[in-house]
Amino acid sequence: MAQTTTQSATRTATSTAAARTRWLQDNGVYVAVAALLLFNALFTANFLTLGNFTTQLVQAAPVLIVALGMALVIGTEGVDLSVGAVMALAAAIIPLYLGAGPLVAIVMALVVGVLAGAFNGLLVAKVGIQPIVATLALLVGGRGLALVIAEGQLVQLHDQAFLELGTGDVLGIPISVLIAGLLALVIAGLTNRTTFGRQLVAVGGNRKAATLAGLPVNRVLVGVYAICGVLAAIAGVLATSRLAASDPADMGLLMELSAITAVVVGGTPLTGGKVRVLGTVFGVILMQLVRATLIKHNLPDSIAQMIQAAIIIAAVYVARERR
Amino acid sequence: MPTDPVIEVAGVTKTFAGVQALGDVDFTLQRGEIHALVGENGAGKSTLIKVLTGIHTPDAGRLTRNGHISTIYQEVNLVPLMSVAANLFLGREPRNRFGLIDRARRNADASELLRGYGITADVSSPLGTLAVGEQQMVALARAVEANADVVIMDEPTSSLEPREVETLLGVVRKLHEAGISIIYVSHRMDELYRICDTVTVLRDGRNVHSGPLKELPRIELVSLMLGRSVKEIEKHGTTAFGEGHHADTQPVLEARELTSRPRINGVNVSIRPGEVVGLAGLLGSGRTETAKAIIGALPLDGGTVLVAGKPVSHNVKSAMRAGISMLAEDRKTEGIIPNLSVRENIVLAALPRLSRFGVISRSKQDRIVDTFVKRLRIKVSSPEQKVAELSGGNQQKVLLARWLCTEPRILLLDEPSRGIDVGAKAEVQALIDELAREGLAVLLISSELDELLDGADRLIVLRDGSVAGELEGDQLTSEHVLKAIAAEVRDGSDDHAVSHQNGN
Amino acid sequence: MITTTTPAVPKAAARTKVLQRQGAAVALVLMVAVSWLVFPRFGSLDNLRDLALQGSFLAVIAIGMTFVIITGGIDLSVGSLYALGGVLAAWGSQYGFLAALALPLVVCGAIGLINGLLIARTNMAPFIVTLASLLFARGLLLAITDEGANTYKIATDSAFVELGRGTVLGFGYPIFIAAVLAVLGGMILNRTSFGQNVFATGGAEQSAILLGVPVAKTKIVVYTMSGTLAGLAGALTAAYLQSGVTVIGVGLELDAISVVVIGGTLLTGGMGTILGTVIGVGLIKVIQNVINQIGTLDSNYQSVVSGVFLLIVVVLQRILRR
Repeated sequence: MAQTTTQSATRTATSTAAARTRWLQDNGVYVAVAALLLFNALFTANFLTLGNFTTQLVQAAPVLIVALGMALVIGTEGVDLSVGAVMALAAAIIPLYLGAGPLVAIVMALVVGVLAGAFNGLLVAKVGIQPIVATLALLVGGRGLALVIAEGQLVQLHDQAFLELGTGDVLGIPISVLIAGLLALVIAGLTNRTTFGRQLVAVGGNRKAATLAGLPVNRVLVGVYAICGVLAAIAGVLATSRLAASDPADMGLLMELSAITAVVVGGTPLTGGKVRVLGTVFGVILMQLVRATLIKHNLPDSIAQMIQAAIIIAAVYVARERR
Repeated sequence: MPTDPVIEVAGVTKTFAGVQALGDVDFTLQRGEIHALVGENGAGKSTLIKVLTGIHTPDAGRLTRNGHISTIYQEVNLVPLMSVAANLFLGREPRNRFGLIDRARRNADASELLRGYGITADVSSPLGTLAVGEQQMVALARAVEANADVVIMDEPTSSLEPREVETLLGVVRKLHEAGISIIYVSHRMDELYRICDTVTVLRDGRNVHSGPLKELPRIELVSLMLGRSVKEIEKHGTTAFGEGHHADTQPVLEARELTSRPRINGVNVSIRPGEVVGLAGLLGSGRTETAKAIIGALPLDGGTVLVAGKPVSHNVKSAMRAGISMLAEDRKTEGIIPNLSVRENIVLAALPRLSRFGVISRSKQDRIVDTFVKRLRIKVSSPEQKVAELSGGNQQKVLLARWLCTEPRILLLDEPSRGIDVGAKAEVQALIDELAREGLAVLLISSELDELLDGADRLIVLRDGSVAGELEGDQLTSEHVLKAIAAEVRDGSDDHAVSHQNGN
Repeated sequence: MITTTTPAVPKAAARTKVLQRQGAAVALVLMVAVSWLVFPRFGSLDNLRDLALQGSFLAVIAIGMTFVIITGGIDLSVGSLYALGGVLAAWGSQYGFLAALALPLVVCGAIGLINGLLIARTNMAPFIVTLASLLFARGLLLAITDEGANTYKIATDSAFVELGRGTVLGFGYPIFIAAVLAVLGGMILNRTSFGQNVFATGGAEQSAILLGVPVAKTKIVVYTMSGTLAGLAGALTAAYLQSGVTVIGVGLELDAISVVVIGGTLLTGGMGTILGTVIGVGLIKVIQNVINQIGTLDSNYQSVVSGVFLLIVVVLQRILRR
């Protein structure tokens, strides 16, 4: 309550600063992407080439797919720390069923993703465990389980049809990029055009009011985590296909960090009640561009990591809502 | 009378974001007295307390404090997972000669101390394992042990069982005997008259009365709080409500014996189509709880809700399906979804009806939103404007629209005109009237007696969680309501005398 | 708003108490008893010494994590800080014992301090702040090791190696260091005002502020402690391995969190014990040891078991608390 006094006193002074912060939260990511593109166009050799763009997009596709699910979860005022582990699980499932054909393998991987996500959702919605705590168990055990399934081995994959997913293209656009783009459209439609999407945002924006408005809060929560799980599994399948190997040990390591970063950088607040799909897409692109720019200018991986850490802190700092 | 003020406040003014919370308030607490501080919601009690304790700095006025003040709040502000003893001595733990906490002594001291407060529980067990009343007592003991000269108690009994209330009042008397001055905030008339010497009534941020409590009849006190004089002649037409409604004979809503201890106890409410039933009573009398019990948002110890004779399961979804909608009192925390647009806030509860296969029909939505924006005269630049940017009155209309587009048969309105400007208030009142005319059954909760007397066809008066009276027709006067609230039938002067034998 | 969920049913609380206090201990005793009977090699003094030594590194980190979790926070950076601490110790050992020990403590402590400052002063969520530090510390580690290509060795005859490899009655020094830290940690937690502040901060932050508890300061101190202890664990490991291995510690934060929670500390804060954490370390290490003894199982089962344990504990804590 004490802040109320200071707020009212300095109200006019801070209102312009607040407006600036809000503008930055909403549009910062687009400006940053534009600025980085401009910088690279001017100072980086061979940047504005189709080949380079394709490479960047292929690298960003799995992160984007995971980030889309994460954006939905964060929209409900939650977080899913288990996405990397779910990717590893999907990767471990693929070789088991590839013998029965790529379609069966992919479907099995996605089913595991849905189940993992729904499990998280039930813990959050029905048992009432905090999202970060609920998804921690799967983060701890999920990768281990994947490694147990894979017997700790990296398995080379040779099914041509399956590998086509990661290497093939349609009209010059890589399949994985196409899938990521399609999913972004689907998720955008889901959030903005469907009952489920609007209920999701309402639950995140004011859970008490949503309950009093008779919204199916538990169903929405379970659904959101299930979607996040299946998207992580899709990302795991695509990354596995591109790698031409099932590698549960490294698959999706620190993916939760990349996904959360992209979502937050894209202007979706960790406090929920808002999902920005386009912002998330640009958040992923921004982080990919940052990495690419640093690498193209021969900055070592170590520096790149430290700079990313700084960007994450800065983005979360700007995005946090003052209460 | 010799004066020895511990706290003296003169001409204090405090404004938040252009709204005056306290205006030129004088307040004096004499050493050794128990001073009741009363007033309805928004009267400025909590602001005054925060000024007294130094949490708020007043914009104008003088404040003198001659002693250390401790405050205990309605919700126990301790740490439930820590032991009772640890809570009691947090920040001033007894040490042994190695500078470490002496746990044996801490427990012994705590046991001994709490025995004086009637608590014999194991002090090494977590505080959360104690009953709420005992926790409140620990908070009180902690406040007193901090060498307080003044203890401010902000509605300390609101969540206590009757037995616990007795223990607490006993402790308050002991503190009083020990020479500690007390500011006691409560809405329970019985308690006030039993223990308090002096009373200060706040209304709309102003001190409307200060003086000895025993000389003030209960009904006077209630009328001071509500701002209605007993003798005042009924003047209808101050609100935008029309004349009485033609009600059907069969009730569409029947709530029987609603009980959720300790907040409400055996409340009965029935409303006929086209009827506006008012719920009157002081803050904390169980009005909001009754409405929440009907909509299924409050866990019940007993009671049933019937709509058109059929029982409704006790959850919000079933209640809504049966045709009950509730406009919650707290717009911010229970009503609006701040990040969403006006359009989305309006259609929120009706979404499943406005979509096919889960995809929302934008045209249907726009049509409904357009209808309600026009009908309720919601002032928006566009339906896409964020609801958080609207004025209170328009937010309230948006919420009303949200419930109306679920096509309810029963509408529960909890303080629909609170905190909105005069114009919007009249519009909301006229709308309620119109809705009842169209056959809706309305339950109207309001702290404003005018609004209730004028708007309701029948009034149910609540006191301490029970129905204190039902008024209809000629009985719909402020005198009857005030009498029911003040419980004139039972005179508490006996207890009163006992508790003041050592007073001034 | 904050305190509405707090009053617990007395019986449930009593049940929780028994389960929290004794659950892990009972499981540990059972595990040890069964292992002793089934695997003849388990009970050998060599195996037990090895088990204790392996557990001591994790215990040092988990002690710091216990403090952080009791304040209601989480520290995901300890795995990286552990690796960084090892590399710094190995690099510092060329300048003598003191440098080898002080360098990791100071640098990792400083990163912990930054974690604490960001969390306490800007109200950013602990998980995201410490995830960023996880990345930062790995980056720093790569930067000082030529992108991971350079593994610093510690001279075999240096006094620092003795810190990791020295023994008393065959038990390694790190075991004693961890034991002393555990006792000290328990003492700080239960017998000092700071410890009480830690409990109050995690138990009911808003109330704690009203009760005059220096909440921000308490948070800053626990994250600094956690970082410093992770650095120390790294230094001890480096001394034991006689080099600063760059690839260790990935996912170690999850092990640390698991043992703390399995040991009965509430992941939501406000309740916990160092003894429970030590028992949790014992339990996980015994399970790991048994999995290794079975031979046909790979070591990945350990994290699955941790995850399942964590899940059971968290769900039980939640259900018993209703």
